[in-house]
Amino acid sequence: MKITRQEVEHVARLAKLNLSETELVKMTGQLDTILAYVAKLDELDTEGVVPTTHAFSITNAFREDEVMPSLPREEALANGPKKNGEAFVVPRII
Amino acid sequence: MNPFELTIGQARAELEKGNLSSRELTVSCLDRIKDVDRELHSFLLVTEKEALQQADAADRIIGSGGGAPLCGIPLSIKDLLCTKGVVTTCGSKILENFVPPYDATVIEKLKAQGAVILGKVAMDEFAMGSTSENCAFQVPENPWKKGYVAGGSSGGSAASVAGMECLASLGSDTGGSIRQPASLCGVVGMKPTYGRVSRYGLVAFASSLDQVGPLTRDVTDCALMMNGIAGYDRRDSTSIQRQTPDYTASLSEGLQGLRVGIPREYFGAGLDPEVAAVVKNGIEILKRAGAETVDISLPHTEYGVAVYYLIAPAEASSNLARYDGVAYGYRDAKADSIIDMYRETRSHGFGEEVKRRILIGTYALSSGYYDAYYKKASQVRTLILNDFKKAYESCDVIISPVTPTPAWKRGAHVDDPLSLYLSDILTISANLAGIPGISVPGGLSREGLPIGIQLQGSHFGEETLFRVAYNLEKGTGLANRCPDLG
Repeated sequence: MKITRQEVEHVARLAKLNLSETELVKMTGQLDTILAYVAKLDELDTEGVVPTTHAFSITNAFREDEVMPSLPREEALANGPKKNGEAFVVPRII
Repeated sequence: MNPFELTIGQARAELEKGNLSSRELTVSCLDRIKDVDRELHSFLLVTEKEALQQADAADRIIGSGGGAPLCGIPLSIKDLLCTKGVVTTCGSKILENFVPPYDATVIEKLKAQGAVILGKVAMDEFAMGSTSENCAFQVPENPWKKGYVAGGSSGGSAASVAGMECLASLGSDTGGSIRQPASLCGVVGMKPTYGRVSRYGLVAFASSLDQVGPLTRDVTDCALMMNGIAGYDRRDSTSIQRQTPDYTASLSEGLQGLRVGIPREYFGAGLDPEVAAVVKNGIEILKRAGAETVDISLPHTEYGVAVYYLIAPAEASSNLARYDGVAYGYRDAKADSIIDMYRETRSHGFGEEVKRRILIGTYALSSGYYDAYYKKASQVRTLILNDFKKAYESCDVIISPVTPTPAWKRGAHVDDPLSLYLSDILTISANLAGIPGISVPGGLSREGLPIGIQLQGSHFGEETLFRVAYNLEKGTGLANRCPDLG
């Protein structure tokens, strides 16, 4: 086994996903199959190989810190599921 | 001939001569959509009113003697490119009601050139899939055979172009999502070099792999579309500052002295003999046009799928963390704590494949597993990139199949995600290496299903790809074809 049911439950908690019992069983099986397959990478010796995160080495794209027009608040809030005209409203945190 | 049957190049000539108006062309496409989309299910949304307004505006520009090459041309747009004021769902319930307050850079560019946007087309949810069956709303059909997949994730783009509902489409390609559906539907599709086309306003899946590109009915149209969308964008920090050539300029040049690499790893076990025969024919066409062939090796090809299905989900798990029900999209309103709101929103808003990839990605990045999975995959990515660098010392383009088989029946891979992931093996490496690739129609299977040929180039080698693709198209005679849709 590459991954256990408990580990899938843990990862789901980290990812803020609820899984039903059926989903949990199915996902554990499928993730196990996928992880067993990707273990194929262990065939390769990658000692000292520099990881690639982007195909091009990108340096910071600096620009002048100029004031530019930004999205008006009304438009930024327009898609909010719940809002009060000034901010997005979410369930009480404190 | 109906106006919707014209290529962009042909339509443009008719528009300029005054034989056709953009309104007539647009109405012809809208009528075609009404006729065939009940069967094809390409369009999630048809923006008829806006399209007609854009067509009229284009007619005024053309009438006064102006207009860019895409002016007045009706297009479809994959539903992960933000369109100001027009719902953009990304094929997901979680974005079902999302109305972007801005246009993606590529959309802004198309609008500035007077292009006509007919609507938004279906795709796998968050571009995760190879068949478009993961779309939360509808699944596009393969126009060539009912009950067969159009491919994915840009399945709606490919089906709408092959079904002649539009003249061309914009899609996106993270592991083959333009080239594969183009191949399965018998159209041309290009994934440009990473950084060549702006990703601003493209809903992110795997940011180091995603690239926007065109799907068209012939190679010339593909070059015209690339002319319209390529270029540096200050709003995309991974966009590359580099002059954009006129991609149509080199099309008709011959292939004398061109070296075509044939990678032995792309012709291994599991390759359908009909697909192999089509590619072999393509190689002969290029030889007759003056190219020479070189046998090459890309030894780490077999590791591509494993690398991709760690890196792409890892990036996705991070990118998709933004869907929390706070600022836009779906929110589960029943929850009374914020954590429950996040969980309920995401659990009900995301489909199964998206959840699966978020789980894999979160696992690969989680404490204790990062080195074994994400770092290891990123190191093998370097080896894949080096394979290509070495290969391009002895060749200019690489020819191969796009997919191991032609299109398959819907439902064939349900509950066996790995078997579907493995079908991406021939397209994935280009994304990992950031190189450009194009899929060109190569032939039909005995069952009447399209088979594409893939050409991969070196970084910023799009011009060479277009030149080779154009010669290939001339040799096969397979441009601008449409199956009989009754």
